[in-house]
Amino acid sequence: MKEHKGILVFAEQRAGKLSSVGLELLGIGRKIADKQQEELAAVLIGHKVGPLADELGEYGADKVYLADNPLLDVYRSDAYTILMQEVIQQYKPNILIMGATCIGADLAPRVAAKVNTGLSAHCVGFDIDDQGRFVGQVPGFGGAVMASVICPNHYPQMATARPGFFEKLERQKGRKAEVVKVDVKFKEEDLKIKVVGTFVEELKSRPLEDADIVVAGGYGVGGKENWKLVEELAGVLGAGVGATRPPCDEGWADLERQMIGQSGKTVRPTLYIGVGISGAMHHLVGIKNSKVVVAINKDPNAPIFQAADYGIVGDLCQIIPRLIEAMRVSS
Amino acid sequence: MKPINSVVCIKPVPDQRFWDKVSLDKKTKTLRRTGIPIALGPLDKNALEEALRIREASGGKVTAISMGPPGTEEILEWAIVLGADEAVLLTDRAFAGADTWATAYALAWGIKKLGGADVVFFGNESLDGSTGQVGPQVAEFLDMPHVTHVNKLDLVGEDALRARFHIEHGFIDVEVKRPVVIAVEKTINEPRCPTLWGTIWLRERKIIRWSADDVGADKAKIGLPGSPTQVSDVITIELKRKSEILSGEPSDVARLLVQKLQADSVLPKG
Ligand SMILES: Cc1cc2nc3c(=O)[nH]c(=O)nc-3n(C[C@H](O)[C@H](O)[C@H](O)COP(=O)(O)OP(=O)(O)OC[C@H]3O[C@@H](n4cnc5c(N)ncnc54)[C@H](O)[C@@H]3O)c2cc1C
Ligand SMILES: Nc1ncnc2c1ncn2[C@@H]1O[C@H](COP(=O)(O)O)[C@@H](O)[C@H]1O
Repeated sequence: MKEHKGILVFAEQRAGKLSSVGLELLGIGRKIADKQQEELAAVLIGHKVGPLADELGEYGADKVYLADNPLLDVYRSDAYTILMQEVIQQYKPNILIMGATCIGADLAPRVAAKVNTGLSAHCVGFDIDDQGRFVGQVPGFGGAVMASVICPNHYPQMATARPGFFEKLERQKGRKAEVVKVDVKFKEEDLKIKVVGTFVEELKSRPLEDADIVVAGGYGVGGKENWKLVEELAGVLGAGVGATRPPCDEGWADLERQMIGQSGKTVRPTLYIGVGISGAMHHLVGIKNSKVVVAINKDPNAPIFQAADYGIVGDLCQIIPRLIEAMRVSS
Repeated sequence: MKPINSVVCIKPVPDQRFWDKVSLDKKTKTLRRTGIPIALGPLDKNALEEALRIREASGGKVTAISMGPPGTEEILEWAIVLGADEAVLLTDRAFAGADTWATAYALAWGIKKLGGADVVFFGNESLDGSTGQVGPQVAEFLDMPHVTHVNKLDLVGEDALRARFHIEHGFIDVEVKRPVVIAVEKTINEPRCPTLWGTIWLRERKIIRWSADDVGADKAKIGLPGSPTQVSDVITIELKRKSEILSGEPSDVARLLVQKLQADSVLPKG
């Protein structure tokens, strides 16, 4: 019998709310678990987070390892690593997936080194190969190449997954997970990292990742004044506004909320319209999952046209107002 | 104040201006990088800058360390020109083909051979691999705490640091005792430019080269054989779509586009 069994995911929570990526991981994990006929478990670490275990069950977890303690209120790598190590050593999962969020990307490599196993970073796809090995699809060089990475002789086979890339399962009300408590054996004095303050912004608008339509602007938009055109077009469509890196650097758009691509967000709208965007791989990897892609650019040779379903060659200052008109008329 | 000795880990990355020259060898499933110049990764410059600022505030030494082929010396020279006191190149055929685990192991043994450090700096992620894994893994091998995604760092008291760990839409401020591993983001500082002095320092300071045996690394834990992960396949990504160019007067193409999108059912029909 195999010593290492089951799929474990890290259910990241902040301030008592589950982050979306943890639920996405349950979606991936469920598929693998069903295929392998193994159990899907989640690790939940925090303070007063017990009620979240129900939610994890409803999103597909069979079991929840719960560490609940005031010392775990805010994330710190040393405390969380000890608990991950404990869960791994006691329950010996075959596969462990964590979200490549700031916290996940800080914690996962430490845990991998601690339990002496390999880790594939920022995966955008997972599979089990014909030899039963866990395969992670790892993008490199700004997304231009994709490597299949395996970890054949070490356990658990670990990976981080790109947030926003995988789909959550439909929530099944009333589906229950078995909760297993994990004891906290350390004290504050044992920890080297002290939390002295936290700040988390309350998000008012819907995140870009969830938008059905995305209008994105690039450096070609040219300035704050023209950026309003992009926002106006988005307004007419009820769309979210995204950006490439340069508009964020210029201060026309917000880096954290609006940048799409390799180092920003992954969007998956039914319709994406990119204006004044050249089509760098860094950006394109973030729009890959869009159903229909439209590009507007004045340079007929801009690479984005190759990656678009429909292209309009022209000056955005002329095209956008006409487009707004045409959309108003048709709706 | 006690002097603080820093080690900065810098990674040789292929110069981004030449990335379109990186091609895939379909037979060997490896990337052809020959002829592509290497460069000091952008975040590694921020890491070096932060170490230099600490030295200016408290005294001490800044050592740059890198693991890579002999050509990596070039980026270590840069580190010296920018102000590092010394530079170490871990170079050995046995280090080749390392994943992040085996890279971290080698760097950790290099740092041990240097006698450790009060602060070990990293870029939060590299330009090419962008895993961001090496820093926390070195920290584990050196048994130091680590903080990544740092965009603000201050010295506090005799032996601690206060670091701002940037998270999505917010931050966590932590205080941590030295020795510690810190991985920095771009926004932490503005890296300095080289000066004439730098080129003079370069003449006076030698780059130390160490092999796997020199640092006492276990051969089974470095390079390709020491890497727990393996690349089983590499493909280039195709993002091609149907690429239908609509042409005509702006108002005509606008109307045409709306019709197409309605036909595709991604816009509601009027
Ligand atoms: C490590 C790393 C990570 C990165 N991550 C990301 C990322 O996550 N997301 C991201 O977006 N970028 C990222 N970048 C940057 C990326 O490489 C490109 O530089 C960026 O995407 C280019 O943005 P752009 O297309 O808006 O600008 P440009 O490349 O400058 O293109 C502007 C385009 O606008 C067109 N244009 C100009 N005027 C007009 C007009 N009046 N009407 C119509 N068209 C016009 C031009 O023809 C041109 O094609 C990253 C870079 C690095 C090094
Ligand atoms: N071969 C190497 N030599 C020295 N430092 C490295 C090496 N590889 C990675 N690093 C350090 O680890 C950071 C993160 O790299 P990565 O894990 O590749 O994203 C880099 O910014 C460097 O500070």
